[in-house]
This record gives sequence, C-alpha cells and structure tokens, in this order.
Amino acid sequence: MLRDVLGKTFRFLGYTVQYGCIAHCAFEYLGGIVVCSGPSMEPTIQNSDVVFSENLSRHFYCIRKGDIVIVKSPNDPKSNICKRVIGLEGDKVCTSNPSDFLKSHSYVPKGHVWLEGDNLRNSTDSRCYGPVPYGLIRGRICLKLWPLNDFGFLRASPNGHRFLDD
Amino acid sequence: MAQAQGLGKRYIKAFLKGFFVAVPVTVTFLDRVACVARVEGASMQPSLNPGGRQASDVVLLNHWSIRNYDVQRGDIVSLVSPRNPEQKIIKRVIALEGDIIKTIGYKKKYVKVPHGHIWVEGDHHGHSFDSNAFGPVSLGLLHARATHILWPPQRWQKLQPMLPPERKPLHREQE
Repeated sequence: MLRDVLGKTFRFLGYTVQYGCIAHCAFEYLGGIVVCSGPSMEPTIQNSDVVFSENLSRHFYCIRKGDIVIVKSPNDPKSNICKRVIGLEGDKVCTSNPSDFLKSHSYVPKGHVWLEGDNLRNSTDSRCYGPVPYGLIRGRICLKLWPLNDFGFLRASPNGHRFLDD
Repeated sequence: MAQAQGLGKRYIKAFLKGFFVAVPVTVTFLDRVACVARVEGASMQPSLNPGGRQASDVVLLNHWSIRNYDVQRGDIVSLVSPRNPEQKIIKRVIALEGDIIKTIGYKKKYVKVPHGHIWVEGDHHGHSFDSNAFGPVSLGLLHARATHILWPPQRWQKLQPMLPPERKPLHREQE
C-alpha cells in the first residue's frame, strides 16, 4: 500500500519536473504568450491585450528597427517592459521630446538599442533612461492574440518621424 | 521478421522517450541551476587565471543563487557584456545600487550607482574592460555567480566574496 503511494508520488514528481523543463525550454527558446498592461504602446497595443512573443530573433541577433520587443526593465530586473525599437547600435536618434524647441541628437552606443513607446506622450522609455543594452531583450512580439477583432500582425509605428534615416 | 520489426519500434520509442526527458531536463539545469565555464583573459588576475594563457581556470557558475538578483559586494559574477551581447564577462561586484564610489579612469570621478544597477570591476586594474569603461550595469544582465574553481585540481577552492579595502564605497545606502 505504502509502496503504491510512494511509487505514484515519485511518478507524479517525475512528470512535473519533465513538463516543467519542457515548458522552460519552450519559453526560453521558442516563445510564449504575454499579457501587456499600460498605455505606453497605444494605439498598437492596448492595456490587457494578449500577444505572442517569439524568442528566436533574440538568440540569432536579428532584432530589426521597428520591432516591438519585450525587455527586462533597466531599473528593475524583475519586471518587463514592452516598447518599439527606434534605433540599433550606431543609429542616430533624436533624444529630445517633440515639444522641445531645440532638437538634440545622439548615436546609439555599441551593444545597445533605443526604445520608445508608440504613445509618445505617455511613455517612459529611452528618452528617460537612455539606451538599453541588447542583452536585456527577452523577445520580439510578432502576433496579437486578443482582442479577437484586432487579431494578427502588429501595425507599423505611428511615429514614423522618430526613425531618422542616415 | 515481425519480431525484429517489433523490437526496432520498441527501441525507437524508448530512444524518443529518453530524448524528450533528457534534453529538456539537461538544458533547464544548465540554464537555471548551474553550469561550468572556462575563464579567458587576465582581467581577474590574481584571483582567476594567474597562470595566463597556459592554464585557464574552469569555474562553476551558479544561476540558482542569483535568481532573485541577490548579489553582495565582493562576489565574482558573470554577466552579459553591455558592449557585445554575444559575450559573457566575469568580474567582481564592487558596489550595489545607492552606493557612492570613486572610479578609476571613468568619465566621472565619483558615481552614485543608480537603482537596479551594480558596479563591477576586474581585479587586474588597467587590464580590465569593466564598469570603469562602460559605467554601471543593469542587474538584468546578470548571468551567474562564480562559486568554485574546478580546474586545475591544484587550484580547487571555494571563491569567497572579498572586497579589496581600497575599493570600498564611500557611502553605503544599505548595510
């Protein structure tokens, strides 16, 4: 009787460990479903939207300008932020706000990216905390899953003027 | 003939079952618990790699102990390089968030480490690409803590967190 119970417990633990490890590998190397909160990416992503983020681009280092990425917050490693990549390393970016009279520019340092939310008026992003190291990027958002009337690939940035071409 | 086919199918099934258990468990262990790495370069001499190119130390990297980003001053940690995300660098933690320290060759003489960041330095000043070059690093780049030297056998030891007295912060925010 006791042997049966022990046997069942060990089998249960074994399956838990195995499926936990498969889940870790899937989230780490393939992708996962993310619930976004906050107004900083409106209108592209609203509060409580459900999106799918893939992690292959991060591992193969092919994140492009204009991608929406999930990044570990530079000031709080336990929380994630969701922003759009405005500039890659070496790109010229505008560091001043649209409301400023004098525009200031700088170049994104090596190994970093410049992130901005689509809702420029209500977003704390690289204009506030500076360029973000590429190593903090967790994944790239490729598909919106919920709400269903907005299902599909994500729109391009509504702020095309923030992308400075050389 | 049918028996041989049956045996072949059983072996394939057993192999696939083993594969789907062994590979995810091993990958998860190496990513989340601990792994082993060879140290290259002279930036942490004399603590690591005192022999230079002839004998590289092999260290045990512990991911589990930093799962909550709990590091102490003096720990030797490995982190993703802020300048090159494909590379990992191994350095000593000198200061935590809120500390004010005096820098060696950085653009500002005194730095207060911002919230969520740490200041890392190699023990071999002058031969080290560390926070004195790229500034405070975000805790999110932390990869693992180096806890033991595993190879060569005559250098087997537990790495103790040791802060050089001349690098103590001028003002500590937390005790």
